[in-house]
Amino acid sequence: MKMVKSLVLAGLLAFSPALGMTQTAFAQDNATAAAPAAEAPAPVAAAPAESAAAPAAATAAPAEKVAAPPRMKPTEGIGMPMPGEWTIQKQFTDTGRQALWMHNYLLMPIITFTSIFVLILLAWTMFRYRRAANPTPSKTSHNTLIEVIWTVLPVLILLVIAVPSIGLLADQYKPAPKDALTVKVTGYQWYWGYEYPDQGIPEFVSNLQTEEKAKENGEPYLLSPDNRLVLPAGKPIKLIITGADVIHSFAVPSLWVKMDAVPGRLNEKSFTIDKPGVYYGQCSELCGARHGFMPIAIEALPPAQFEQWVLSQGGNPKGKAATPATTAAAAPAAAPAKI
Amino acid sequence: MSTTTANPDDFHGSHAHDDHGEHKPAFFARWFMSTNHKDIGTLYLIFAIIAGIIGGSISGLMRAELAHPGIQYLHTWAMWMDGPDASMDQAYHLWNVLITAHGLIMVFFMVMPAMIGGFGNWFVPIMIGAPDMAFPRMNNISFWLLIPAFVLLLGSTFVPGGTGNGAGTGWTVYAPLSTSGSAGPAVDMAILSLHLAGASSILGAINFITTIFNMRAPGMTLHKMPLFVWSVLVTAFLLLLALPVLAAAITMLLTDRNFGTTFYDAAGGGDPELYQHLFWFFGHPEVYIMILPGFGIVSQIVSTFSRKPVFGYLGMAYAMVAIGVVGFVVWAHHMFTTGMSVNVKMYFTAATMVIAVPTGIKIFSWIATMWGGSMSFKTPMMWAIGFIFMFTVGGVTGVVLANGGVDDVMHDTYYVVAHFHYVLSLGAVFGLFAGFYYWFPKMSGKMYNEFLGQLHFWVFFIGVNLLFFPMHFLGLSGMPRRYPDYPAAFEKWNTLASHGYEIMAAGMIIFFINLIWSLAAGKKAADNPWGEGATTLEWTLSSPPPFHQFETLPIIDDAGHH
Repeated sequence: MKMVKSLVLAGLLAFSPALGMTQTAFAQDNATAAAPAAEAPAPVAAAPAESAAAPAAATAAPAEKVAAPPRMKPTEGIGMPMPGEWTIQKQFTDTGRQALWMHNYLLMPIITFTSIFVLILLAWTMFRYRRAANPTPSKTSHNTLIEVIWTVLPVLILLVIAVPSIGLLADQYKPAPKDALTVKVTGYQWYWGYEYPDQGIPEFVSNLQTEEKAKENGEPYLLSPDNRLVLPAGKPIKLIITGADVIHSFAVPSLWVKMDAVPGRLNEKSFTIDKPGVYYGQCSELCGARHGFMPIAIEALPPAQFEQWVLSQGGNPKGKAATPATTAAAAPAAAPAKI
Repeated sequence: MSTTTANPDDFHGSHAHDDHGEHKPAFFARWFMSTNHKDIGTLYLIFAIIAGIIGGSISGLMRAELAHPGIQYLHTWAMWMDGPDASMDQAYHLWNVLITAHGLIMVFFMVMPAMIGGFGNWFVPIMIGAPDMAFPRMNNISFWLLIPAFVLLLGSTFVPGGTGNGAGTGWTVYAPLSTSGSAGPAVDMAILSLHLAGASSILGAINFITTIFNMRAPGMTLHKMPLFVWSVLVTAFLLLLALPVLAAAITMLLTDRNFGTTFYDAAGGGDPELYQHLFWFFGHPEVYIMILPGFGIVSQIVSTFSRKPVFGYLGMAYAMVAIGVVGFVVWAHHMFTTGMSVNVKMYFTAATMVIAVPTGIKIFSWIATMWGGSMSFKTPMMWAIGFIFMFTVGGVTGVVLANGGVDDVMHDTYYVVAHFHYVLSLGAVFGLFAGFYYWFPKMSGKMYNEFLGQLHFWVFFIGVNLLFFPMHFLGLSGMPRRYPDYPAAFEKWNTLASHGYEIMAAGMIIFFINLIWSLAAGKKAADNPWGEGATTLEWTLSSPPPFHQFETLPIIDDAGHH
């Protein structure tokens, strides 16, 4: 069949962040990554060890015995919905906070006011102009002034919404800085695959944890996978998201992230997670039978621990610096290599 | 039906009818080979009620399953459908079949046939003073195409569709889930079903446009047409322009599935996003196709029961035209998370918000129509007022979703489900009930029971609000759509929503009791049961109208008939 959805990355870059946007916000100091420089000789093609981190890692990587940091415990109310919650989850990215502010302090007041205004108007009209109170109807059927008012006023309100809304979009599309950590996220039926190309960590997969296992680990069932997407906190991250078979959608509500994983396309999403923690999400595009059973968890670690985790996976925390083709950020003088 | 003829005093230029217009064909010829717009309208309404019962029952199954976390009944149902050794995956697939069937049935086989086929057929010719539709035989084909379409859709449930039986693609039928992701004939049957339903609607649209442009009675200028006729005219144009795009999109699906083409397959140079663009180019006008006739119905009812002409008639008519036009250039707000470029997202954010302006004009004009009126709150008016408020609530959440940057967190969550059920289940369906109670005396010649009608309204109103309002909370806190099971944190609002469904279902039982009781034992309806406020032409005819009305055309004087 020709319909096999192989990963033909046909150069369909989903978006080109061409707009001239200043990105001082992301100017990050790469000197922070000046911790252990243990050279990983070759990427050990081993999926990360199961939950019990330390002993499992020891058996998996015989050469470089760096233990993965212990599996982080999720914190109630952070990165997950709370029982009976009726608001948007607490946000842990800049764009998330900005969008949340816009929703909570601009949109919600406007729509609540509009709805209540219409309700009161309706109720008053029903009361005042009921047949008993007003037996003879008026013959008025036009009033140009009021018609102009109720056309222009909504236009003005929408402008008040549109201006920050467009600004929010511009901010969300700020391209990631060059030193951002790149992770390739692939949606499969029905699990996620994560690959760290610059660190040399090959793809590992992330499956739903069974109910017993989730309970055992103290993690919420249906939100927690076995292997998490491990990321550094406080550092810019660039996810390259694609789908292997059908369309999935990579979504983490508490980071304001939702991006479709489309076969044949490479979608990009950049963000910086404020602080360490476990942030849960779920597939958000109908992808077949087990659509509801391919959860997402991001484990944001402090940078030092993240490097430890990279080493434990047999990766190189220095990332691109190790690969000769790319210019290391530490050596800006090496400019002539530019083509 | 009654043999009463139109009252000649009610319109000019009429002569007393003789009885030759009352030759009704025998049963089979009358109902299966009909060329009579009222009979075809009745057929459409019966069809829509049956489809509504099926589609509504499916949502009951879904609410039962979702009442609590964990899989409650799905596996049992899957064993009924796929045999005793059905796997959990087949159970999950059944869930997708249910959501797909609910969406397709409610959109294509309940709301559209009732609004356009039912009320449109019944009252557009009468309201413009025409004896029938322009193409009566085509009218009949339009209806009868729906039957095989519906049979194909229901039949698809019993044949393989990938993981289990039935089409589990969602009503949007996104590729590649609907191509390489769904082996077996189920999805092909669903696609052919949509083809037939689409052809039916296109023929209907042609019929309405021709009728409204060519068959208005002398003096019935476009700017004197009742707003319901305006709404059907705009809807017909939307159908005519949008449905061929759907037909093209799903034809390419069909060839991708069966003949090895790769329109939507990146591996062969195609693009899955192409399907979404084509689908929503149809899909967004489609939501206005479902709601615009409701706007028209509500305008008639608000005017009738306020005993006042519609406020700002021209603004109301052209607001609908504006909604129709702008509705064609906002489609990609359904695709905000597909990874489109920032400029495209900004454009669709801004364009989408523009629709709030003509919609606001309509809301305020309805209230202004009531303002200064002499209102009575008969059942149709209650539904119309309910419509206005519920549509406002659904409309303002639409403004929230229009913001591409904010939508990222709500996209494909229950917030979206809440939004579109507020505009459809509480908007379009309230419009349908409003129209049904408003015109029931005219169509049947019997009065409905006012107490049961009011009771139906209040029970249904409370039920659907309990059902759909908590879904906003679920969506905001992050619950994705189309999930058969969910983390325990989402239980509270899901349980409440399921209770809301129970109340809503009780309301529907009251409706059916009322319907049966009124048809069997209802008081005979007067020609115009609503009094001086009801000024459109259908109230000049007997209840029910003669088999053929306006054999001598009425002449509309300057006073107008909005």
